[in-house]
Amino acid sequence: MDVPVSYYLVLSGIVFSIGLIGVLIRRNIIIILLSIELMLNATNINFVAFSSYLGNLSGQVFVFFALTVAAAEVAVGLAIIIALYRHSASINIDDFRLLKW
Amino acid sequence: MGMIVFFYFASVIVATAALVVALRNPVYSALALLVMFFHVAGLFVTLHAEFLAIIQILVYAGAILVLYLFVVMLLNLRREERFHHQLTVGLFLGCMLFAEAVLLVVKGETSLGADLPALRESAQLTQGNTESIGELLYSTYLFPFEIASLILLVAMVGAVILTKKGILEAKG
Repeated sequence: MDVPVSYYLVLSGIVFSIGLIGVLIRRNIIIILLSIELMLNATNINFVAFSSYLGNLSGQVFVFFALTVAAAEVAVGLAIIIALYRHSASINIDDFRLLKW
Repeated sequence: MGMIVFFYFASVIVATAALVVALRNPVYSALALLVMFFHVAGLFVTLHAEFLAIIQILVYAGAILVLYLFVVMLLNLRREERFHHQLTVGLFLGCMLFAEAVLLVVKGETSLGADLPALRESAQLTQGNTESIGELLYSTYLFPFEIASLILLVAMVGAVILTKKGILEAKG
C-alpha cells in the first residue's frame, strides 16, 4: 500500500464538500438527504483510511456505528418526507417555510 | 499499482458524487449514488476493511438506496426548479470548506507522512478482519453496540408512527 494517507483525506474532503454544497443549493428534499449520505460516506472513508494506516480496528467499528445511524436517519427522514408530501403535495424545500400548520 | 487503483476509485467517487448533486432527476441521482457506494466499497477493500466493504454494499446499496428509490417512485414528482436561490452562497461556502481542508492536509503532510507508515508496520493483524471487528464489537464497544440497536428500534417505531395515517387519532 503505497498511497499516502493525505490522499484519502483530500478525497474525503472533496466528497464532503460536494455533499455540503448539495445540501445548500438543491431544492428537492430527497436530494438533500442523498447529499447527507455523501457526507456520511466521506467521514467513513476517513475513518477506514486512518484505521488502516494506524493498524487500529476501532475506526472500522466506528464506521459500523455510523452506518447504523445512517440507516436510522434514512428511515425517519423518508418517513418525514412522506408525511410532508401527504400534507402539502410537494417536496420542494421552499414550500415549507412555516413552523405552524 | 496501488496508486492506479486508488486514482480509479477516487475519480469515479468524485465524479458520481458531483452527479448526485447536479442531476435533475432524483432517480438518476440515486443511481449515481449507487455507483459511488460500490466504489467506496472497493476503496475499503484496498484498505483491508473487507467486512465493511461487504456491509457497505449490503446496507447502503441493498437497503438504504432501495428505500430511496421506493420513495422517489412512490411520490409523483413533477419537474421543478433544480437549484435554490442561494446557489452562489452555497457554492462559495462549500469551496471555502474544501480549501480549508486541503490547506490543513497540505500543511500537516510532513508529520502525517513521516509517522504513519512506521505505526502501520508494527501493528500487523493476525486474525481475519471480520473476526477482529467482532471481538472488538462485543468486548470494548459492547455498550455502544446496544445503544445502536436501541437507535434502530426507535427509528423503526418513529417511521411507522410518522407514515401510518391516523395511528395517533385512533388511540386518543
